[in-house]
Amino acid sequence: MKKILFGILMIAGFLSSQLALAAADLELNTPAISALKSGMQQRHSQLAGFYASGAIGLTRDGLIAVKEANAVALKDRQSLNSLVASENNDRNALYKEIAVANGHAEWEAEIRSTFAQRWVQKAQSGWWYQDANGWAKR
Amino acid sequence: MNLSLKSSVKNGLAVMALAVAIPACVTINIYFPAAAAEKAADKLIDDIWQLKNSEKANPAEPASVNPAK
Repeated sequence: MKKILFGILMIAGFLSSQLALAAADLELNTPAISALKSGMQQRHSQLAGFYASGAIGLTRDGLIAVKEANAVALKDRQSLNSLVASENNDRNALYKEIAVANGHAEWEAEIRSTFAQRWVQKAQSGWWYQDANGWAKR
Repeated sequence: MNLSLKSSVKNGLAVMALAVAIPACVTINIYFPAAAAEKAADKLIDDIWQLKNSEKANPAEPASVNPAK
């Protein structure tokens, strides 16, 4: 009887340690994630003005998109497009890298949707984002 | 007779415990840690958008206070 109780306790202990692992922080300290982060940090200084003017906005899939090209001078549109494309490449890579760094490549889609919500939550007022009904303003 | 009954009860319990424990492990391991992911997202977004500049400056203060103790 004692052995059975001990066994049950062992199993309970094992299960709770698994739970603790699941609740722990996600791994973010990898060279790939750090490189993406610093690249995006630098690019943000160029993008910030475009968020504020409504030229670009946050999409539902955790990326950014040109919302109002007319808000940008014609000569600057090409560079805006390439900024948006580079940012989206980095964002896609970031979601994938976080999933891979944590040993669950299949988490990529859920990580993406978590980010999609958090980008919008942390956006400054006046910035645009997409929801189920289209573009909306923070 | 009594002994073999005891051991079969034991075995039955062990099998039941395993039957509960093994699927539980699998379930927990494939479960997406939503809260941890949200925390990770917040941390990265704060860094990328540099939203916590004032808090980053603060940890330097306790370091300069400690030597005075």
